[in-house]
Amino acid sequence: MDNKWVLQIQNVSKEYGGNSVLKGVNLSVKPGEIHALVGENGAGKSTLMNILFGMPVIHETGGFEGEIWLNGKKAGIESPKNAMEAGIGMVHQEFMLLPGFSVAENVKLNREPTKSNWFSKISGKKLETLDLHKMGADTRRALDRIEMTIDEWLPLVGMPVGHRQFVEIAREIDKADLSVLVLDEPTAVLTETEASNLLSVLKKLAESGIGVLFISHRLEEVYEIADTVTVLRDGEMIATMPKTETKLETIAEMMVGRKIKRLGTAESGRATDDGDILEITDLCVDMPGEYVNGANITVRRGEILGIGGLAGHGKLGIANGIMGLYPSSGTLICDGEEIPLNNAQSSLEAGLVFLSEDRRGVGLLLDESIEDNIALASMISKKNFLKRVGPLPISVLDRKSIREHADKMISLLEIKCTGPQQSVRRLSGGNQQKVCVAKAITMDPQVLLVSEPTRGIDVGAKERVLSMIKKLNREKGITVVMISSELQELRSMCDRIAIMYKGTICGVLDPDAPDAEFGFCMAGKGGIPSD
Amino acid sequence: MKERIRQNAVPVLFLCMCILGLLISGQNLRYVTQELISRLARNWFLVLSLIIPVTAGLGLNFAIVLGAMAGQVGLIVATHYKLPGLAGLITAVVLSIPIAVVLGISAGHVLNKARGREMITSMMLGFAANGIYQLVFLFMVGTVFPVKNPQIMLDNGVGLRGTIELKYCKYALDDLIRMKLFGIHIPLAPIIVVILLCLGIRWLYQTKLGQELRAVGQDMGVASVAGINVDRTRITAMVMSTVLAAIGQVIFLQNMGTMNTFNSHEQIGTVAIASLLVGGATVSRATVGQALIGTLLFQLLFIISPAAGQRLMGNAQIGEYFRVFIGYGIIGTALLIHSWERATSQRSASRQTRGKTLEGTGNN
Repeated sequence: MDNKWVLQIQNVSKEYGGNSVLKGVNLSVKPGEIHALVGENGAGKSTLMNILFGMPVIHETGGFEGEIWLNGKKAGIESPKNAMEAGIGMVHQEFMLLPGFSVAENVKLNREPTKSNWFSKISGKKLETLDLHKMGADTRRALDRIEMTIDEWLPLVGMPVGHRQFVEIAREIDKADLSVLVLDEPTAVLTETEASNLLSVLKKLAESGIGVLFISHRLEEVYEIADTVTVLRDGEMIATMPKTETKLETIAEMMVGRKIKRLGTAESGRATDDGDILEITDLCVDMPGEYVNGANITVRRGEILGIGGLAGHGKLGIANGIMGLYPSSGTLICDGEEIPLNNAQSSLEAGLVFLSEDRRGVGLLLDESIEDNIALASMISKKNFLKRVGPLPISVLDRKSIREHADKMISLLEIKCTGPQQSVRRLSGGNQQKVCVAKAITMDPQVLLVSEPTRGIDVGAKERVLSMIKKLNREKGITVVMISSELQELRSMCDRIAIMYKGTICGVLDPDAPDAEFGFCMAGKGGIPSD
Repeated sequence: MKERIRQNAVPVLFLCMCILGLLISGQNLRYVTQELISRLARNWFLVLSLIIPVTAGLGLNFAIVLGAMAGQVGLIVATHYKLPGLAGLITAVVLSIPIAVVLGISAGHVLNKARGREMITSMMLGFAANGIYQLVFLFMVGTVFPVKNPQIMLDNGVGLRGTIELKYCKYALDDLIRMKLFGIHIPLAPIIVVILLCLGIRWLYQTKLGQELRAVGQDMGVASVAGINVDRTRITAMVMSTVLAAIGQVIFLQNMGTMNTFNSHEQIGTVAIASLLVGGATVSRATVGQALIGTLLFQLLFIISPAAGQRLMGNAQIGEYFRVFIGYGIIGTALLIHSWERATSQRSASRQTRGKTLEGTGNN
């Protein structure tokens, strides 16, 4: 083994209860290289990361096969501690930070510089006093390296997500013997500016000789910063290639293993003039960060209405307000009947169903099974899946019909899982979203409000989720209100697109309208007045 | 200001109740002060022993009952050998510490297996240990252990008496330094011990171990990824708490002078926990100050409620009922608030995820 690689993963395989999720993966990272690892959800990226970082979940399920070499030495990684000592730094998809601690305390967690004292001389290192001064100074240095100006003693609680991401990176680069930095979907939660800052910081770090292993869904991003790209699909390594020798489309194709067809634009001029189904007047929603300030819009029966706009201008607030999840005021008329606001139950009863942008928080019960997640909401609001026990006024779950329905949904939406009883937490993001869609279908909605349906899910699943929504609209005549940050997505799906600016509807545009018009609207220079 | 009152709603409420009770009961202030000071001196240590498990995320440690048992074992032995005064007290403490360490380690192991249900498990541990304690001291003493001592044993020579008079080490610590201020006797030595413990706990949280305890208390997952041995840290917290409770029980009983062999330890669990909660502590947050103030308010209520009941209803027993109701009620409420808060914090955590991409651009 020569020393020209900082990290070598050799022939790594992993099984979870008989399901093989990684099959003989090889991957090498040079010092100073940014190596991108891409793949669909469920392709095995996260498992590979868990192996690299010695997460307990790997060793509790029987370990893995293959070898990992760091700086030319074979590394036996059996715990996060081993991994750390071997020089692997990890920025997790879900932040590994303690909200009650300050930035410095988080950066130095379990690596605190200490001073010995009278007690520690007797009873050992654990009772050494923390050297707060040095903790602060070290943290400052790490923060400066990534050009963060935040105070190192600020508590983490209440800090914006973007900052937290940088704190995680500061923690990793503060480790003296860091040779590889692994980032799992680091930009998934960042705004565009934050993301581009992050990318430039990563470039700088790589220049200083650290190997960077970068996992992302956002191909554009990967394409922008990576030196080498490795594609993973269904646990197998499809290809490793220098970026210069490849094209964006090729990578995307390799990821999904099938040709991507452009979704194209919706058939324009589709007859949707069956009158209005939803009338929203003067809607104000108090959703932090997404305030709505007197929005007026009507939704026509049978159409797909898109709501777009930049982040923070209230597009998420509309759906959350209508569904009674955040305090709101105004009037909402559905099918000629006024629906009281601030009451989730009444919205549901009116046939409004919401696919939340916050799948894991609002949309799903993560520890429950797929079948129960699909059936529960419909059970509560529509009394489906219940059966009477003889003459008694008691209903019990109809397990059989729940199972049958779940099986149907799993095959219909191609949910990748071990069976209807698997808990939703273990599914990948795309499959979780499919469970949400299944749940919404089960509710038999009149109007489906879909919020960021493709956030955080991969190319292949994206396409399937979108076409499913379209199918619901065309075949079952369900009116859809789709909220998305991705304009292209809206343009390919919707009959009309409303653009939000500062909490109000700034204009309603045709999906075929020129880019410039959308741009104007998003900047608040109103196009066509809303109807 | 309003915010501060809201944050300290519980202690403020209790303060009001105490003042009201004082006025109603019309008790002699000097009597109340004397009684209060001696109660504080004997209770503070026990209440403080609860703080470490709370910060380590183990919640309210109902298993301090185990520590109290260890302390009582030490006292029983010391009394059996008729060790007088401070010597007896120190013997009791020295004997109880290894027992408490063993009990703490076992309790810690059990609680590591019962994550998320620490409090109910620790409560059950207390009951289970009580069974063993009874077996040993009601049956095995005099049969398996050939002990003869009619002073502390039942007349038939098997098992201990229900009440044991600790006549050799009664007030051993209280009277170490005699002091009288305005005619009120102040047990200075136990108070000094409490001050030392407070400083010790403060100091602990400036050390590496303290930092680990706090990290584990906030998020076990994050702590373990950072390489902290979570299980071990939690066991350490339990051991410290149990040992402190053992010492606390010795201090408590030397002031009482008699020991309810089979009851004393059972009572201290709920009393200490209620005291801590009255001070405004929660299941996940407790400070030295809350322990000190909570004990003060709770004990004050203890002193005045019988007299207040007598005045108000013509029955001292009413005050007693009220006291019991408050004690258990506050624990129940704290547990309720805890689960409620956990539910809302989960919701707000998910809201944060939702808000992730929303920063930056203008929200007016």
